[in-house]
Amino acid sequence: MSHNGLMTPFQSDASLRRFLHGLPGVDEVGARARADVLASRSIKTDSKRQAIDLAISMIDLTTLEGQDTPGKVRALCAKARQPGYGAPPVAAVCIYPDLVPIAVEGVAGTGIKVASVATAFPSGRAALDVKLADVKSAVAAGADEVDMVIDRGAFLSGRYLPVYEEIVAVKASCADAHLKVILETGELGTLDNVRRASWLAMLAGADFIKTSTGKIAPAATLPVTLVMLEAVRDFAADGGRRIGVKPAGGIRTEKDAVRYLVLVNETAGEPWLDPALFRLGASSLLNDLLMQRVRMETGRYSGPDYMTVD
Amino acid sequence: MRFEYAPAPESRSVVTLRDSYGLFIGGEFVGGSSVFKTISPATEEVLAEVTHGGPEDVDRAVAAARQAYERVWSVMPGRDRGKYLFRIARLIQERSRELAVLETLDNGKPIRESRDVDVPLTAAHFFYHAGWADKLGYAGFGPSPRPLGVVGQVIPWNFPLLMLAWKVAPALACGNTVVLKPAETTPLTALLFGEICQQADLPPGVVNIVTGDGSTGHALVAHPGIDKVAFTGSTEVGREIARMCAVSGKRLTLELGGKAANVVFDDAPVDQAVEGIVNGIFFNQGHVCCAGSRLLVQESVADEVLEALKRRMATLRLGDPLDKNTDVGAINSRAQLDKITDLVAAGDAEGAQRWAAPCPLPERGFWFPPTVFTEVSQAHRIAKEEIFGPVLSVLTFRTPAEAVEKANNTPYGLSAGVWTEKGSLILWMASRLRAGVVWANTFNRFDPASPFGGYKESGFGREGGRHGLEAYLDGPGGGDV
Repeated sequence: MSHNGLMTPFQSDASLRRFLHGLPGVDEVGARARADVLASRSIKTDSKRQAIDLAISMIDLTTLEGQDTPGKVRALCAKARQPGYGAPPVAAVCIYPDLVPIAVEGVAGTGIKVASVATAFPSGRAALDVKLADVKSAVAAGADEVDMVIDRGAFLSGRYLPVYEEIVAVKASCADAHLKVILETGELGTLDNVRRASWLAMLAGADFIKTSTGKIAPAATLPVTLVMLEAVRDFAADGGRRIGVKPAGGIRTEKDAVRYLVLVNETAGEPWLDPALFRLGASSLLNDLLMQRVRMETGRYSGPDYMTVD
Repeated sequence: MRFEYAPAPESRSVVTLRDSYGLFIGGEFVGGSSVFKTISPATEEVLAEVTHGGPEDVDRAVAAARQAYERVWSVMPGRDRGKYLFRIARLIQERSRELAVLETLDNGKPIRESRDVDVPLTAAHFFYHAGWADKLGYAGFGPSPRPLGVVGQVIPWNFPLLMLAWKVAPALACGNTVVLKPAETTPLTALLFGEICQQADLPPGVVNIVTGDGSTGHALVAHPGIDKVAFTGSTEVGREIARMCAVSGKRLTLELGGKAANVVFDDAPVDQAVEGIVNGIFFNQGHVCCAGSRLLVQESVADEVLEALKRRMATLRLGDPLDKNTDVGAINSRAQLDKITDLVAAGDAEGAQRWAAPCPLPERGFWFPPTVFTEVSQAHRIAKEEIFGPVLSVLTFRTPAEAVEKANNTPYGLSAGVWTEKGSLILWMASRLRAGVVWANTFNRFDPASPFGGYKESGFGREGGRHGLEAYLDGPGGGDV
């Protein structure tokens, strides 16, 4: 079955449910065991150097706080442009919609993308027209990427069609902006649901599927990301587009980041080892990567006080 | 972007290899009649000289075991025996890195497996049986079951240290003393275990280790001073041992070969099933008696599963067993490599389609790439005979009844796997599969609390769990032949 066929809107909840529930199940014990094995890979010397720079170039440097201000976002953009210590710039900055104009100015001419959360982030609890207005305002202000949240309430009650239709509508409102669909896997409960939500989002037109808002624990985990990587791999192999994956939240150390890269390398494979198809949503991660980078270069730990807090 | 993993070898320096090793008899390392060399199968480098135990050495070992049995071990309260076993278990944990590196050097298995599977399970077996030592009266074999006496144990080269634990821990917990003969190609961790026994102050003679080849094993099994024989190895040797033990009054348990079916239904969790197939046959280079060497896949998903399997196999990392990122290590010996090569040639000749993972093989040492045969029928040798290597034969089925029929259509019966999301089908299959272990949605999982053993030509007797104690206690059904 080609996805061109599947791209035609589903007629009913029932037909969509039949498709999603017809996907192969995920055995949680097995998925966790696989993630554990991959987490035990030992990445040293040259490959560690390569992984650190790759991870930095994949970061969506994020601030999503009620207390965010233009000054905070300007500082974030400065760090995104020049992380320091010879490190490459990050992939994007990720902020709330009202701060998009500040971020656009802050990264102008650098190739760094501006990603804005939208659709009544993080809960997603608003009427559809409110969500779409949220998206349109972010895009109008110059956002390159929109990070939307799915309606978990509808998903968990089995009303897949409204979730699907909402993603389709948001995608339509994105114009040229890339759409990242946040599944909020910490609220989905099972890896079966993660696989179904991944496919639902991909079929509805997502460019990226993203684990979490960062506001719910657990946020990104290796087993969840493994299942999502399997989903994008299978979707592409089945004739669909290559969809990106973005684990977000709780990724704080260089070791964490390298584990995600190993997962990508041995699940979806080389094409996904690219900021166009894999991102790490994080804030404090960047400094740990920089610290490890300095250590690889000088042979000494410099300590967190030498890394700028922005 | 290409992401290569730089070499990440575990340090060899955690192990001090001696130039030569004696036999461990009566709590001391002693010389013997002659020596042989043990090599690293990954590099063919000589690791050490090991003593070959002749009949007179076996005599000395059995005498030491007899004396320790009568004077010390059989009369010691269970709780004191338990203390020794707990001490041994803790020492295994303390020296786990050393044991893992030595196992990998001598056997060729990846350090990830010896570190994460063999050594932790070895410690777990000692901990588990230490707990039984003072509770044998509650094991269901009468209020105060008696030990058997001196046990002769012959173990294989695929899990040298773990098989030692499976044999020695229950024997000691039940009050027996042992003479253990490790495999010719993998004696080193057993000898290090001898050091651990010394370190634990285990009374001399309770554990004796006599290294050597088949003739040493023969001398041990034939020795009149032995009360029980426990053997893990090939069905061929197992048959010979059964003949030798017949009407000798010796108890016998055998854990022999297998040709396990790993049955994948169309509703299986595909990604985990593929992992299970890989783990079932490529774990430990397929040197596993319970390996899932026959994949039975439902015809409706056969193409999909095979494609996913090949994709996954292409990511297997074969090479230096000491590298922490290696998934597939070296074949244990030249002889085993020849046997695998012969059977694979027979698969080609009989018309099966061969596909091997595209991994380069090192120039020195014994290597075989992870291999899959499709278009295999039940009549092919590769579907019937135990290959004991990284070679999978794929067959298809249409209905659950056909799956059971094909899975059971073997002289072996050690293990089986079932992959389906349907719980009732798992139970239906498990009640019909003639195998000692049936894994559901997993494969090659071991636990000291779970009995392990075979049907038919896979042997008799159970190891592990409450059931495993029976083989070392003088009670009903102790496996008299």
